[in-house]
Amino acid sequence: MFDSLTSRLGSVFEGLKRRGALKEADVKEAMREVRLALLEADVALPVVKSFIKTVTDKAVGAEVLKSVTPGQQVVKIVNDALVEMLGSENTGLNLLGEPPVAIMMVGLQGSGKTTSTAKIAKRLTEKERKKVMMASLDVARPAAQEQLAVLGEQVEVKTLPIVPGQQPVDIAKRAMQAARLGGFDVVMLDTAGRLHIDDSLMDEVAAVKAAAGPSETILVADAMTGQDAVTVADSFHKRIGLSGIMLTRIDGDARGGAALSMRQVTDCPIKFLGTGEKMDELEEFHADRIAGRILGMGDVVSLVEKAAETIEQEEAEALAKKMQKGEFDLDDMAKQLKQMRKMGGMEGLMGMLPGVGKMKQQMAGANIDDKMILRQEAIISSMTKKERQNPKVIHASRKKRIAAGSGTSVQDVNKLLKQHLMMSKMMKKVSKLGKKGFMRSLGNMMPPNMMPPGGMR
Amino acid sequence: MSWFQKLKSGLSKSSTKIVSSISSVITKRKLDDEALEELEEALIAADLGPVTAAKLTASLAKSRFDKEVTDEEVRGALAEDIAIILDPVAKPLEIDRSKGPHVVLVVGVNGSGKTTTIGKMAQHYSAQGLKVMLAAGDTFRAAAVEQLKIWGDRTGCKVVARETGADAAGLAYDAIESARAEGADLLLIDTAGRLHNKKDLMAELEKVVRVIAKLDASAPHNTLLVLDATVGQNAHSQVETFQSIVNVSGLVVTKLDGTAKGGVLVALAEKFGLPVHAIGVGETADDLKPFEADAYAKSLMGLAD
Repeated sequence: MFDSLTSRLGSVFEGLKRRGALKEADVKEAMREVRLALLEADVALPVVKSFIKTVTDKAVGAEVLKSVTPGQQVVKIVNDALVEMLGSENTGLNLLGEPPVAIMMVGLQGSGKTTSTAKIAKRLTEKERKKVMMASLDVARPAAQEQLAVLGEQVEVKTLPIVPGQQPVDIAKRAMQAARLGGFDVVMLDTAGRLHIDDSLMDEVAAVKAAAGPSETILVADAMTGQDAVTVADSFHKRIGLSGIMLTRIDGDARGGAALSMRQVTDCPIKFLGTGEKMDELEEFHADRIAGRILGMGDVVSLVEKAAETIEQEEAEALAKKMQKGEFDLDDMAKQLKQMRKMGGMEGLMGMLPGVGKMKQQMAGANIDDKMILRQEAIISSMTKKERQNPKVIHASRKKRIAAGSGTSVQDVNKLLKQHLMMSKMMKKVSKLGKKGFMRSLGNMMPPNMMPPGGMR
Repeated sequence: MSWFQKLKSGLSKSSTKIVSSISSVITKRKLDDEALEELEEALIAADLGPVTAAKLTASLAKSRFDKEVTDEEVRGALAEDIAIILDPVAKPLEIDRSKGPHVVLVVGVNGSGKTTTIGKMAQHYSAQGLKVMLAAGDTFRAAAVEQLKIWGDRTGCKVVARETGADAAGLAYDAIESARAEGADLLLIDTAGRLHNKKDLMAELEKVVRVIAKLDASAPHNTLLVLDATVGQNAHSQVETFQSIVNVSGLVVTKLDGTAKGGVLVALAEKFGLPVHAIGVGETADDLKPFEADAYAKSLMGLAD
């Protein structure tokens, strides 16, 4: 849906390739594109304006490095400024003070407070070995307290017993009291969703804060939030005082400009990102990743990290050795397919690479999905050891047998063999590039190699 | 308070900002390039999106460029243009009692307000004398079933439910059978919130639709996408994906009682032309209102009706 900023800026700078320093007129034109990109990413207008001003000042007169185009240079300047603005300090939760320490979660309706509360509680319990209790102060939404109780059971964190009819301030006091008596380290207070303009509810949450004295007050906000993000964050911050922000549904396809808006207007760090519906899908904030996302430049860092996590070191080394010798048999291909599946399948992988938006659509059209990967694994599993090590021996009758064994057709087997041939050619090239070159070339080479002529089916 | 007042007071918090920014741009001054740019920005700040904002501004420029204009004129003209875009999509949901039952599937991303909207719809149609049944199809989120059951109690509607973790498609099937047996006029089926870019979850939703069609080939008669007004440009992607997968027939826009303007609606109306059946302006059962283009456009621009 969105063109990447890099390619857009590329067209702005077409025709003025490689000249010394960036001129004011050129920068101005580029900034028009940057402005549009930021607005499409839902960064709030006032924030966009101040950002553009800062970046313009930095960009005018900047030397264009020899090896890059002016467009890339501008993207670099924009990206760096964005990362800086998003905040680079690593910020864990502040749990200092006499236990029990309270952490209060606030936000609009449906922003994901209850789920986030349980996720943080789980993390504190498991990773920081804290004794945590959760309490729901949501007396407005039907069954909200039950929801937290159920989540508490799932993540094995105690929840405060529900007393029907009790009001939020009293629940908060009761939670603190119970935690004190029970020797808990942390009390997570999940408040009801409220509009920042609802005076009585804002008074209520302020009273809860006064009663519990939390060391952290975290605004939970949806990554899909539009221009209103500034208003919401500003109102909550002015009214009750925030200490941090948690951005949820970052696993959606929203560009997440709200992160920048809220960070800018409250000056509070973004502490966590909610990355899925499962209870362990909580990540620390990385400014560089979000900056790349807002600019539509793909999430290269994440890809590299995820790849490092998933590919087992030893296997990788063994494979690297083989590759250097120019050997890449079907067993290796099977391993590759398995790793690909672990990394979130083709779609997950593609989503993280820059500039593959269009390619993604083509792939969707070509029916390249994770089932295809599974089918290919099945084909390889149906081969004999000899066949896997030396695919040249696979002739017609063997192909028939393999197809029958894997529940596919001979055409499918042919396609796989062709793909293997292409991959082994690529591997030979890669071995010349070295490790770094591999990640880079992945973006350029994999899709055409993964996609035999004429699509998959 | 009448609903219009309520909408207006909700929107006025948002429109105050638009109005004050537009007023500061144009108080009897020449509508020049600079003024137009600031005008465009005011619309962008209302989530209309850069493209729609540019288009509306351009159309204003056509008729009034370089003329002395007042704040009121500009607002009026913009409201008119917006109303023209929104008018074709302002259609209430029509329930056909002869369908026995008329099946409405409610879908959307997490936290958009599906369950609450169903509760409000249950109230609305029960009050009109229809026999309404609810299906607690969000079998994923903790306590979502309980949440809908409470709405069932409040509105006196029967709720078909299974335990959390049950198959949503199977539940929908049961719900239609039991709605038929009970002679219900309207069956509202809740679904779990899902992000539209999650293929497996969208496939699950597709299955729900497929299973429903087994019992009644014309069902679901309506598939409503619930959109949160605070959502920005991502709404485009939501509508596009949900529409392509489960054939969305209309929208409900929630949380319009905040400062979010839901201006993206204007862009959505232009691009997709999907009917906007209702808007949510609060947490109580009565806070579901019909969507009226003129009133909405005027309140958005801060004009009295």
